[in-house]
Amino acid sequence: MLLTISLKGKNTQDLGYLLHKNPYRAQCFDLNFGKVYVFYPEVGDEKTTAALLLDINPVDLARGKVGSEKDGLFDYVNDRPYVCSSFMSTAIVRVFGTAVSGKCAKRQELADSKLDLEASISMLPCMGDIEFVKEIFEPLGYEVYTKSYVLDECFPEWGQSPYINLTIKGKVKLSELLNHLYVLIPMFDRQKHYYVGSDEIEKLIKHGEGWLSTHPCRNKIIRRYFSVCKSYANEAIKIISENELQYEAEQNTDFEKAGENTESKKPLNKRRLDTVLEKILESGSNRVIDMGCGDGKLTKMLLDEKSISKIAAFDVSVQALKRTAERLRLDTLSDVKRKKVDLFLSSLMYLDDRFKGYDCACIIEVIEHLDLNRLRTFENVVFGYAMPKTVIVTTPNIEYNKYYGISEEQLRHNDHRFEWTRNEFDNWCRNVCGKFGYTVKTDGIGDFNESFGSPTQIGVFTKCV
Amino acid sequence: MRIEIPEFSLVVMIGASSAGKTSFAKKNFLPTEIFSSDFFRAMVCDDEQNQSATSEAFDLLFYAVEKRLKAMKTTVIDATNLKMCDREKIIALSKKHNVHTVAIVLDPPEKVLLERNKERSDRNISESILKNQRANLKSSIKHLKKEGFSYIYILNTKEEIDNIEIVRTKLWNNKKDEHGPFDIIGDIHGCCSELEALLEKLGYIINKEGVYFHPEGRKAVFLGDLCDRGDRNADVLDIVMNMVRFGSAFAVIGNHDYKLLKYLNGKNVNTSKGLDITIKEIEDKDEKYKDELRNFIRGRISHYVFDNGRLVVSHAGIKEEYIGRGSKRVKDFCLYGDVTGENDEYGAPVRLNWAADYRGKAIVVYGHTPRNEVVFENNTYCIDTGCVFGNKLTAFRYPEKEIVSVKALREYAEPVRPIITENGTDDGNLKINDVSGKLHIMTELTGAVTVNESNSAAALEVMSRFAANPHWLIYLPPTMSPCATSKLDGYLEYPTEAFEYYKNNGIKKVICEKKHMGSRAVIVLCRNAETARKRFGVDDGSRGIIYTRTGRRFFKESFYEERILNRLDSVLEKTGFWKDFDTDWVCFDTELMPWSEKARELLRSQYAPIGSAGILSLSSAVDALKSVCKRENKMPEIDSGVSGQNVDPMELLKKYETRKEAVEKYTAAYREYCWRVVSENDFRIAPFHLLAVEGRVFSDEKHIWHIETLKKYCTGIDDIFIETEYTEVDTDDEESVRQAVEWWLNLTKSGGEGMVVKPEYFVSKNNARLLQPAVKCRGAEYLRIIYGPEYLMPENLKRLKKRRLALKQSLALKEFSLGMESLKRFTDKKPLYKIHECVFGILAFESEPVDPRL
Repeated sequence: MLLTISLKGKNTQDLGYLLHKNPYRAQCFDLNFGKVYVFYPEVGDEKTTAALLLDINPVDLARGKVGSEKDGLFDYVNDRPYVCSSFMSTAIVRVFGTAVSGKCAKRQELADSKLDLEASISMLPCMGDIEFVKEIFEPLGYEVYTKSYVLDECFPEWGQSPYINLTIKGKVKLSELLNHLYVLIPMFDRQKHYYVGSDEIEKLIKHGEGWLSTHPCRNKIIRRYFSVCKSYANEAIKIISENELQYEAEQNTDFEKAGENTESKKPLNKRRLDTVLEKILESGSNRVIDMGCGDGKLTKMLLDEKSISKIAAFDVSVQALKRTAERLRLDTLSDVKRKKVDLFLSSLMYLDDRFKGYDCACIIEVIEHLDLNRLRTFENVVFGYAMPKTVIVTTPNIEYNKYYGISEEQLRHNDHRFEWTRNEFDNWCRNVCGKFGYTVKTDGIGDFNESFGSPTQIGVFTKCV
Repeated sequence: MRIEIPEFSLVVMIGASSAGKTSFAKKNFLPTEIFSSDFFRAMVCDDEQNQSATSEAFDLLFYAVEKRLKAMKTTVIDATNLKMCDREKIIALSKKHNVHTVAIVLDPPEKVLLERNKERSDRNISESILKNQRANLKSSIKHLKKEGFSYIYILNTKEEIDNIEIVRTKLWNNKKDEHGPFDIIGDIHGCCSELEALLEKLGYIINKEGVYFHPEGRKAVFLGDLCDRGDRNADVLDIVMNMVRFGSAFAVIGNHDYKLLKYLNGKNVNTSKGLDITIKEIEDKDEKYKDELRNFIRGRISHYVFDNGRLVVSHAGIKEEYIGRGSKRVKDFCLYGDVTGENDEYGAPVRLNWAADYRGKAIVVYGHTPRNEVVFENNTYCIDTGCVFGNKLTAFRYPEKEIVSVKALREYAEPVRPIITENGTDDGNLKINDVSGKLHIMTELTGAVTVNESNSAAALEVMSRFAANPHWLIYLPPTMSPCATSKLDGYLEYPTEAFEYYKNNGIKKVICEKKHMGSRAVIVLCRNAETARKRFGVDDGSRGIIYTRTGRRFFKESFYEERILNRLDSVLEKTGFWKDFDTDWVCFDTELMPWSEKARELLRSQYAPIGSAGILSLSSAVDALKSVCKRENKMPEIDSGVSGQNVDPMELLKKYETRKEAVEKYTAAYREYCWRVVSENDFRIAPFHLLAVEGRVFSDEKHIWHIETLKKYCTGIDDIFIETEYTEVDTDDEESVRQAVEWWLNLTKSGGEGMVVKPEYFVSKNNARLLQPAVKCRGAEYLRIIYGPEYLMPENLKRLKKRRLALKQSLALKEFSLGMESLKRFTDKKPLYKIHECVFGILAFESEPVDPRL
């Protein structure tokens, strides 16, 4: 919420001319998200410091007076009033607009020269990633000083605060400093307070002129700047890199994707689905039900597969069903294809007549999202009630997590309730077979590793006749 | 002249045009019972004479007729129905819905027909067509019986047609006027000694004709399979025959009885499975006896509907949609159950578990499948306890729902397949239809509660992905509305409004309970895992559960849960709770602390970062402003080109110091509710409702009773279980109100969450209107956590005071009704799906977008 800019050297009161703000006057500006104050905590010959202080009303934020969504973008209890976010960038251009553009009516030569400048930002939301902060500011010629804090000194076990105080020092033009801050502050935060329109690309190009295209983290900066809109990021990269089409690989937190062997070019998810489809076809099934279809990737493959005559797909999430419907283009499908597929809301925790009458049921990367103590219900519903001839189940192999570098307490996904070793999976499969009269073949999907096996496990169950 | 039709039937009018079918139907049936082809023709094409619309019209007509047949409503099809192929479709429809068909043929003399045709203004049909129709009719109606009509009436004269009286007779299975009480007895299979012992145990005595009867007028109901395999088959048949004839018993037919009937009819039957023994006993008896027996068995029908439809009995069970109907399909089901036609590895027929799907309101009592114990599932009771296989003979007393058994004297036969011993708890028997779409849930407190489809869809996801095993979820706590917004400066909530709410609704006495700042937790505890299995159907070896207000397990790992439950059990054991309340299980509504246990993620990702960032950034702002204020300001240079207004740094400093203080208070407030947990000793649980025990929901007790009872039995013994402070208030007495406000101010001044104000009684109404079961009044400091650190700044507070409570209040009432209903149903031993729908409904309402700060 507070940005201070200091000029060191001689006659530093000239900072007032540069910023176009009188050092002896505290001023207030009304912006659409609240007020901005400008004042000078320090005025002297050797050092003069100007401060830009934001006054954002949390109630306005929560009520949607500020922000893009009608019900308000933010919670009542929220960090925006206290941190340096895109609100600060807006304030910089609105209040120091002349300085940002590098003009100074009375001291143009000063505006054009590199000065001893220092900027301090209190509470920069950067997830505590100091290395990253250095990576961004050092190439621009700044010395970087940071200070981190614990979340709550009463509860040290809660860890560090995601916010830091940052000071950068360097010999730069004031307009350069301000433009750097304009682009880079919101880039750390990724949460934008306004609707991201296409004119944002122009703004970025304007404020990034002369430094962004040569910054070693250019693409990362642009991607993060437009984190809410990928296509803008790509567009901007294209323009700024003058059409060199070298897109950086997406930065990824997905362990499975990150751990992908580059030699086997197909992503694991694709290999998984291909294997499942292969097994379905091998089983000779015509009518297939995709249980827990998620966003419908498998459903789509089944829809396009000619030898399959009927598909049902369901999910417990209304949102997932909407995504599946979009993927399948349900509204515009030809009559023949539309008749081929049934999409509905249901749950593996309840008996549903609509589960019956299929040759094959696929439960792909679903069971690990169920609590272990509810797995029995799932077994009952699928193997005891729906009773298709073939059941295909896939789930992660926890042994392989070591290969991904996932710690032992961690699972591959936040919502996974459990992940099994190959042994555990085999035992479960065998137990199900005994209980419901199936036989099973288990296997791995993905790159095989001598000691860990494959990342995904698959069980193909066949009903005994 | 009178003609009789069954009270529920599909009536088919047959006759040429102008035969008077429509007037006949109008005269003898209700307008809503009559479906005329003319009407449906008009519906599809605006012209009731347009023959080209006939096919579409009949599609629609049949569709509508099916809806009525499903609902067991007598329906009349008013069309010419002259051709057999037209009637075939109707017969198929009746077969599908297991309903009797009645053909009423109107065939007046040709003269009458022609005259009437002339008189008609609405249409003109040529004479030749009419004559033709009449001729067709004559030949086509010869085989109506064969076509499948159960009742056929042909009326030939105008007099007959005009003067007929239609009498609707009761179906044979309709014994709705018989209200019992009943003693329903399972499969006897010739075990006469056991039958005699059971009848005596039930209080039946023998009259001077040697017939059993009950001196209090109870009636026995035999579920069939009277004979075969046992040692005194004929004696059993005699006892039952005499009782039925005398009127002290009813009997439905079983598959063994049916086979005996076939034998008596001289048919060639397979005499295995014990029929040979029965035959040996009766083959030498005289023809008169055999005739009597034959007539008796022939007179037995497949099922009875008793007591205004509340009780249904049959030998092998019955699907809901078959109840009260008659057809071969229904009869077969009642005799053999839901068979697939396949045999299992023992050579016995494979039977599907129809009871798992049963969702009817009527209790169904049946036998046929021997089990070691009575099996209760979804309002159905299987009471065949395999007496002939050496187990026991069982009676089910209605309406008491008591089980009375006598042990078998010996094993008379070996079972074909092993008797099912496991009293299977079927986790998966909730059906999607129980919870999908728009739900209407009947509650005792507020009548029907409606849950919208979008809400039920949201609840489906939560229930499926996050909730605990539904068998444990017998209750969810309702949401609670805050009291009306305070008019005082500096307060968003203040006790005055809470007291006023109840006072204005005629409640004089209220109780204020301290609101512990923890998380709502429902505790269900059984005395042991066996009770959990038997009563709750949970057989993972656990003895109870602690779950959140959205039905999630409170603890991810069972470690703490187990320990806490065991310690609660020791407390209850020590205080004699189990004995005093004569129960094996109990359900408490509690607050579990510390809040940081459940809210850890929220604290780490939202509350603490904001507090930390707020204090740090406001401090630097204050420092910067202080420097400005310290400095001697020179006169400002006039700079006309600059926008912005002058502002006094001193004022700004004051403002930012206040803001900083607000955030510090906010941090202090949330810290109050956090402490580290290293063992179960660090938890605190404050029970405030004793919700239910076996056979009883304590919603009829005063809150003071709850608090005092919990004090006596639960709290103050083990450190974990703590009391809930409270104070009673007389809303009419100013002094009493003043003291309560004082009490609240004390509770909240250092960050206490506040209090909950409840009416004296658990359930309170103003006239017929249900009142809020509780309203909360939260402390000013605590509310910083909810409304943000700076909510008390006058310009913020002014705006925050404009809040609406109506939606929250209406949700609270609906959820309260459902919660109480759910407990009631559980203690009434209703099937799981009936309990689950209430709990599901509460969860559904929680998806309603309501201001989360309320």
